[in-house]
Amino acid sequence: MKLSDATARLEEAVAQAHDAVATAGSVEELDAAERQLVGKRSPAAEVNEAIKELPAEDRPAAGQAVGAYRTHVASIVEARREELRSAATESGGGRLDLTLGGHARPRGHLHLVTQVQRELEDIFVGLGYRIAEGPEVEDDWHNFEALNIPPAHPARSMQDTLYVELGAEEQVMLRTHTSPVQIRTMETQTPPIYVVAPGRTYRNETLDARHSPVFHQMECLAVDRGLTMADLFGTIEAFARRLFDDESVRTRFRSDFFPYTEPSAELAVSCVFCGGEGCRVCSRTGWIELGGCGMVDPNVFAAVGYDPEEWQGFAFGFGLERIAMIRYGIDEIRTFVENDIRFLARY
Amino acid sequence: MKAPLSWIREFTPVDAPVEEIAAALNQLGLEVEAIGEPGRELGGVVVARILDVSPHPDADKLTLVDVEHGDGQTRVVCGAPNVVAGMLVPYAPVGATLPGGLRLERRKIRGVTSDGMLCSARELGLGDDHAGILDIATVEPSAALGADVRDVLGLDDTVFDLSITPNRPDAMCIVGVARELAAHFGDGLEVPVPQVPVDPALATGIRVTIDEPGRCPRYLAWSAPVSVGPSPAWVQQRLVKAGMRPISNVVDITNYVLLERNQPLHAFDLDRLAGRGIVVRCARSSERLRTLDGVERTLDGEDLVICDAESQPQAIAGIMGGGDSEVSDATTEILLEAAHFERMGIARSAKRLKLRSEASARFERGTDPDGVAQSAARAIELLAAIAGTSAVPKPVDEYPQPAVRPKIRLRTSKVNGVLGAQLSDSEVTASLVPLGIDVEGTGDELVATPPTFRPDLEREIDLVEEVARRIGFASIGRTVPKPREQVGALTRHQLERRLVADALVGAGLSEAVTLPLVAPGTLEVAGAPTERLVRVANPLRAEDSALRTRIVPGLLQSVATNQARGLGDVALFEVGHVFLAPTTKKKQRLLPDEPTHVAAVLAGGSRRAPVDVDRAVDAYDAVDALRAVFDALELAAPRLVPGERPGFEPGRAAGVEVDGVDAGSVGELSEAACAALLVTPPAVGFEVDLDRLLEAPRRDRTFVSPSPYPPATIDLAFVVDDAVPASVLADTLRSAAADLVEDVRVFDEFTSDALGPGRKSLAFAVRFRSPDCTLTDADVAELRGRCIDAVVRAHQAELRG
Repeated sequence: MKLSDATARLEEAVAQAHDAVATAGSVEELDAAERQLVGKRSPAAEVNEAIKELPAEDRPAAGQAVGAYRTHVASIVEARREELRSAATESGGGRLDLTLGGHARPRGHLHLVTQVQRELEDIFVGLGYRIAEGPEVEDDWHNFEALNIPPAHPARSMQDTLYVELGAEEQVMLRTHTSPVQIRTMETQTPPIYVVAPGRTYRNETLDARHSPVFHQMECLAVDRGLTMADLFGTIEAFARRLFDDESVRTRFRSDFFPYTEPSAELAVSCVFCGGEGCRVCSRTGWIELGGCGMVDPNVFAAVGYDPEEWQGFAFGFGLERIAMIRYGIDEIRTFVENDIRFLARY
Repeated sequence: MKAPLSWIREFTPVDAPVEEIAAALNQLGLEVEAIGEPGRELGGVVVARILDVSPHPDADKLTLVDVEHGDGQTRVVCGAPNVVAGMLVPYAPVGATLPGGLRLERRKIRGVTSDGMLCSARELGLGDDHAGILDIATVEPSAALGADVRDVLGLDDTVFDLSITPNRPDAMCIVGVARELAAHFGDGLEVPVPQVPVDPALATGIRVTIDEPGRCPRYLAWSAPVSVGPSPAWVQQRLVKAGMRPISNVVDITNYVLLERNQPLHAFDLDRLAGRGIVVRCARSSERLRTLDGVERTLDGEDLVICDAESQPQAIAGIMGGGDSEVSDATTEILLEAAHFERMGIARSAKRLKLRSEASARFERGTDPDGVAQSAARAIELLAAIAGTSAVPKPVDEYPQPAVRPKIRLRTSKVNGVLGAQLSDSEVTASLVPLGIDVEGTGDELVATPPTFRPDLEREIDLVEEVARRIGFASIGRTVPKPREQVGALTRHQLERRLVADALVGAGLSEAVTLPLVAPGTLEVAGAPTERLVRVANPLRAEDSALRTRIVPGLLQSVATNQARGLGDVALFEVGHVFLAPTTKKKQRLLPDEPTHVAAVLAGGSRRAPVDVDRAVDAYDAVDALRAVFDALELAAPRLVPGERPGFEPGRAAGVEVDGVDAGSVGELSEAACAALLVTPPAVGFEVDLDRLLEAPRRDRTFVSPSPYPPATIDLAFVVDDAVPASVLADTLRSAAADLVEDVRVFDEFTSDALGPGRKSLAFAVRFRSPDCTLTDADVAELRGRCIDAVVRAHQAELRG
């Protein structure tokens, strides 16, 4: 062996030492690696043994190289030993109680109304609808007049409507329903129209267990050639079955009156809790009333400049809180705006 | 309205089971809210006579009542004030049952045993009267002792409580309900023609003058002699079952006809009408009238009044009679009014006067102008039967322009086109005729003529609805239309609003829904702007008198609610509209601006022990949450600009800038706001204009191949003025070496006396990497030099090691 061979052997051994030390996963493995790197059959011992065969002038250099190798290995072994030791301490002797928690703030929750709203939006998107939006402060035209609600209609009374101090008296109000979005959509688009409009609506009521000045509705509007009441009923039934994830849900329609639809009907679905047998949720009727529906009144089409002989349409609407209340047995509407974090975290 | 089945059967022989009748009414749109069977739960209650009343030894308000009940005598304890000897009363003995499932037992009341009880009208399920024990003699003076009160009081009946939609005034009466049921069951409707004792030789002497024929198209006045007294049992029973209180035979008959035929009637005491005449005119401004309810009303020129011949107001037309001409026990002759008033006029007056009556509710929905004479005759017929009315003269009937029934074109194809049905023209006709609608023609050339009691039938579509009601929605099919010209999808902004909420949820915040109605003071104290405040015109509470201009105040209130419930660690956000009145620049705009904001408030602490340490929230938590929003939207260059922000603690807040425009604030919420809104500090949060964020430039996402070459990382520490934000220094570093800087991270910040006053040290780790080669030591040294130069020059910084 020449000096150059000896130093080459040691350089190679250093690289191997780094790998061996870094991959040692425990103190025991590290001890074994150290024995191989500096023990009796190690490269260091091998080179040391060969020194006496070298020319005398080369022997000090070779000796120093072996010493440097030993020092380097000792330092990286010690560093690794320290790492392993502190890891062991930190983890309580290698065992972690994973039930203790985590580092991050736990995930929060979407409001229940938002969850219901997204669910409904997604169902209607699946049926090919778009989501329409409109302002929460509305004028008389969009909230009442264009919807065929005449000036003396009871819905316009101060008891029901929150007016704001803009424009003339009783000219601007917080929308009492999402139906004005129908008008805005038809004013800005040409048919065919297939939209749903979810959003906040307002009534002049003081917050208590059963009343809230603010709640959410969702409105559906379809305008096309030849749409019929059968299309309306079929759409509602399809949506109700997706909403309750139950293909056996049936729908029931009863004649009703709304100024903006004719014919109009109240819509109910068979109770998903008892299958229509009658239970507490459905007040023993077997049916759950969800909202109102009907064919768009020709006067509404006239208000937005559509020809009622060419276009027919249907509309329906319902309360989002109501759907959540039915589904989870919530009996106080106030709960939805109190924002008690226990309520929020439950859903 | 309440419709007793026994009364309905006077006009149609419907004999279907109660459930089928209810189902029919529901299908027809006369919604059944409740079905009352007043006698069903009543068992064993009998007629008794009070023999003696004596005081209870131990209670001031109780009496001991001895009664005779046909099967002996006994004693009960009674709390009612109206018991007197001789009175005929309902007696419920031990073992009797009352509505609600109550079964009577013998029990001691204040030490005295009561053998059963005496009942009020309400306890028998007969109306709401609970002021005293029911006096059976007022209903049936000749009732036999021991007789079952169900028979005596006519309680064996079914009463439908119906909710009638406002478009159907015709259905607000017994005949109207009977007509619908007759059509549905095919039983036929028979409304007998009233038999009236008219003596043509009698002169009425009454003159009727209508000054406002537009407001009052028809006025019928009929004089009749009467003998005022209580109504007989059958009239009282019917009124009570229909939800009205019996008053006297004359008044009861006007109410009876109102309930039966939807024609409001009014009886004036004819002796109190000066000049035996009627003038229908508009009120004079500030004219006054005391109405039957004893209230002095001030009228205006829009109100229609019924006056006597001397033009003295005696009634507010169609709404309520006046006190002066009210029928009393002394009345011997009445003037019976049967009139038709224009709907909107009545609706406006009733609204303005805040006075709604059974009459106004019907007139403002629309009564039958052609039915006036028949209804008046029905009242005279009843007066003759029960109020001693003998011969009457002919009525005075002013009806200058009789109503014209509209003729409406009806296409069978339109009916089928709207309903999605396949009806023949004869089926269409057959469904309409039983409702009193005349139909002629065939196919698409039908002409329908609705009756005058159906003001809601004016257009073809109204008739389509009638057909739908008659055939029933259950017979209409179910088809699902698919839009052919659009794909269902959320818009980009709709999707991104979802992403923002999801990001905040992921960051540990929960979504709140707060009331957008707030008190202006709440906004002010929380630093929200109020110069463009939108005020509510008719708030129920001062707390709801304005619309929010910021969301944070509402979130703080929700935090306070939680803290008051012992829930101190709260992290909430909300996405919603805020409201800003239109600016003067946009004068033509009526509606406020409604930007969508996203806001968050975090309070209390974050609990992570023992894995990490518990700590109170600080402004950095708010920044984290805001960063989650920036990340969700991939914003290109959102900036935090330190500075004073209203509603935030000085020195602990920053403005949020996107695309060079102010978009909101983040930081520690002001102690003043917390104190005023009862929030225990610390509370931190942010509020930004989400619309503005959505419009802001997004990060460039063109693909760049990740460089395979090794990085070179250097650490640089600078001493700079305390006011220089770390982010600005980082920006300088980034731009100094442009494309070769892969990452800049602050890892240390400190101040010390050694640095000098107003100075701080900021240390950065800068990672360089070249896209196409390994950086040499010389390259790195050169880059390091560029970085140092740039920072020193731009920020008067000194390099520290």
